[in-house]
Amino acid sequence: MKFIVCIKQVPDTMEVKIDPKTKRIVREGIPSIINPYDTYALEEGIRLKERFQGESIAITMGPPQADASLRECIAMGIDSVILLSDRAFAGSDTLATSYTLSQAIRKISDVSLVICGREALDGSTGQVGPEIAEFLGFPIITYVKEILNIANGFVECVRLMEDHYETLKSPLPAVITVIKEINEPRLASLKGLLKSKKANIPLWTKNDLGGEDKSYGQDGSPTKVADIWAHEIKKEVKIIQHDEPEQSAEEILNQIKDWGFAIKWK
Amino acid sequence: MEIKVISEKCNGCKICIEKCPFGAIEMDANGKAFITERCNLCMVCVKACPVQAIEAIGERQKKTSAEGKDIWFFAETKRDKISYVSYELLNFARNISSQINQKVCAVLFSTKSKGEELSQQLISHGTDRVYLVEDETLAEFRHDIYVCLTANLILKHKPNIFLASATMLGRSFIPQVAARIKTGLTADCTDLKIDSKTKLLLQIRPTFGGNLMAMIMCENYRPQMATIRPKTIDEAPVIPGYKGEIIQESYKSFSPTCRVELIKKEKTEQTIDIQESEIIVSGGRGLGDGKNFDMLKKLADLLGGVVGASRAAVDAGWMPYPHQVGQTGKTVKPKLYIACGISGAIQHLVGMQTSDYIIAINKDSNAPIFKVANLGIVGDIFQIIPAMIKKIENNN
Ligand SMILES: Cc1cc2nc3c(=O)[nH]c(=O)nc-3n(C[C@H](O)[C@H](O)[C@H](O)COP(=O)(O)OP(=O)(O)OC[C@H]3O[C@@H](n4cnc5c(N)ncnc54)[C@H](O)[C@@H]3O)c2cc1C
Ligand SMILES: Nc1ncnc2c1ncn2[C@@H]1O[C@H](COP(=O)(O)O)[C@@H](O)[C@H]1O
Repeated sequence: MKFIVCIKQVPDTMEVKIDPKTKRIVREGIPSIINPYDTYALEEGIRLKERFQGESIAITMGPPQADASLRECIAMGIDSVILLSDRAFAGSDTLATSYTLSQAIRKISDVSLVICGREALDGSTGQVGPEIAEFLGFPIITYVKEILNIANGFVECVRLMEDHYETLKSPLPAVITVIKEINEPRLASLKGLLKSKKANIPLWTKNDLGGEDKSYGQDGSPTKVADIWAHEIKKEVKIIQHDEPEQSAEEILNQIKDWGFAIKWK
Repeated sequence: MEIKVISEKCNGCKICIEKCPFGAIEMDANGKAFITERCNLCMVCVKACPVQAIEAIGERQKKTSAEGKDIWFFAETKRDKISYVSYELLNFARNISSQINQKVCAVLFSTKSKGEELSQQLISHGTDRVYLVEDETLAEFRHDIYVCLTANLILKHKPNIFLASATMLGRSFIPQVAARIKTGLTADCTDLKIDSKTKLLLQIRPTFGGNLMAMIMCENYRPQMATIRPKTIDEAPVIPGYKGEIIQESYKSFSPTCRVELIKKEKTEQTIDIQESEIIVSGGRGLGDGKNFDMLKKLADLLGGVVGASRAAVDAGWMPYPHQVGQTGKTVKPKLYIACGISGAIQHLVGMQTSDYIIAINKDSNAPIFKVANLGIVGDIFQIIPAMIKKIENNN
């Protein structure tokens, strides 16, 4: 039984800037982290292999520097990692990304479960998990908050929807996307850190993955970013400071009434 | 890529006009051929010209499946009713349709007893056509079945644009539909426009944690697909006397099967959906402690609203996650949003800035929340909120 965790290296979004001329994201000097949602996927991958035996494997598609994130996975306790990196993957949208990841997963034998985070911090699409499921032909359960059991070729999970939970049972192999309620990710252990420093990170390129050339990178990406700009908010604002809280309360309630809400007070 | 006629070389023989499968070549006043906008870049003319007067400039682009007609939306239902998000999609679809002159069509999955009635409701709000699939299994969200039916309907009728709501349901199965059709999908859009020249769909969405806005296009594949963040537009109103048609699609003809079995369904602790409330009183780190949310709850009750929270308050365990407003919580668009002790980080603002009216109470006059507030009160929530509660109570 192998548990594959898909992780993405992302810039720490609070600090993002764009170059007004080139409209490109200025990546220099911005720290890269493992997509925070993927740390829950990693933790679950490690726990599953502890619970049910087998192997946990983290994979990522990204630039060569993404190998730093894979080392962090090893430090946390992931058994092995694979870096998918090739100039030909540049410009991938979610469709090309999930195609690339699914080609890699296909090459790994005896996969039971593919675990993705609910979404990535940068794009926040949450599309890669379901699209991997389609390319692999695996069933998928999204927004998983608990894995109840894996037995007899099935996985049983609880997933969250807007206003209810569902307990679902899927045949293996399957894909799941996980939410933060599922676990508390562990920190790297000292032993793990030592192991991660020495680890040699296997690199797979397009040639290793096979498949159709035109499905990779920019060619395999139907969507194009046509423009990008900083988010600005413009609005007429009335800011008031009263000495007495009663005055403030009065002001607010009057305003609410003026806007047409039916509340009454003295 | 572009196809061009080299005027100096053209001898006016008109062979290219005969050969062009798209009727895209005409003769100009000087007896030379020229290429019109109908050109599909098929290159037949380039090969046909006996004097090599037609050339292709630039790289060939894929025109794989770039054809389609009409604007479709996935009509989500909840407990056998049309969900409000469907009317939001309809509103977006109608705005676009007026610019490209295509029909607005809904895809509706329903049980047998309800299909007709729900279809009529969609039509009365301005839907031109409803593709209706009825079956008892469709009462529940069954991922595989929804993917199969939606993908097959798209392949059968070839829409130009396909919209779905970025609810947990839409975001679960629509990406798989897009991957099956092999087209692009833009997630969680907050606005849609039509490019006046190319008539392509411009899909606008926040990205990088809400710091940036991006405009995404899908030029060469159809349908152009997007999921739309709930509560970014008003619901489409009823249009009295609106006429539309219902196309019954047979469930069995697509032979859907579901690999995942639903064992149990249970309500979450939270019974109210904050997205459905018209008034939200929201609290942040400024509340200092979970039990201070009682004060907000009381005010919300008096105003007929519900309580929301910033991520800081949720992370501190003061409120459960379903109440979180913002980038990683819910986007809300109530009539009235009262932000109490919330600083107004961009990730919070993207979740509530389209509310009709916003009141912010914060003791820091520089808090960014004041940028989006219609009324900003600089002051202490622990004094102002109890004063508000007292005034309302004294009146009743
Ligand atoms: C990828 C990402 C996603 C995120 N998603 C979300 C999200 O979905 N929702 C969200 O809310 N945040 C989100 N955040 C977090 C966001 O950046 C902020 O950290 C968060 O919104 C801050 O919450 P706050 O305003 O409650 O707390 P603070 O920023 O600490 O603000 C507290 C405010 O209360 C005021 N205050 C204190 N005491 C009083 C008093 N007695 N009376 C009046 N005012 C008082 C202070 O002046 C201050 O302005 C996200 C961050 C990231 C990186
Ligand atoms: N380049 C990538 N490499 C590996 N996994 C990825 C990559 N991009 C996305 N994922 C996975 O897909 C999830 C959803 O990402 P996204 O669809 O980009 O929001 C992430 O949480 C990851 O688990």
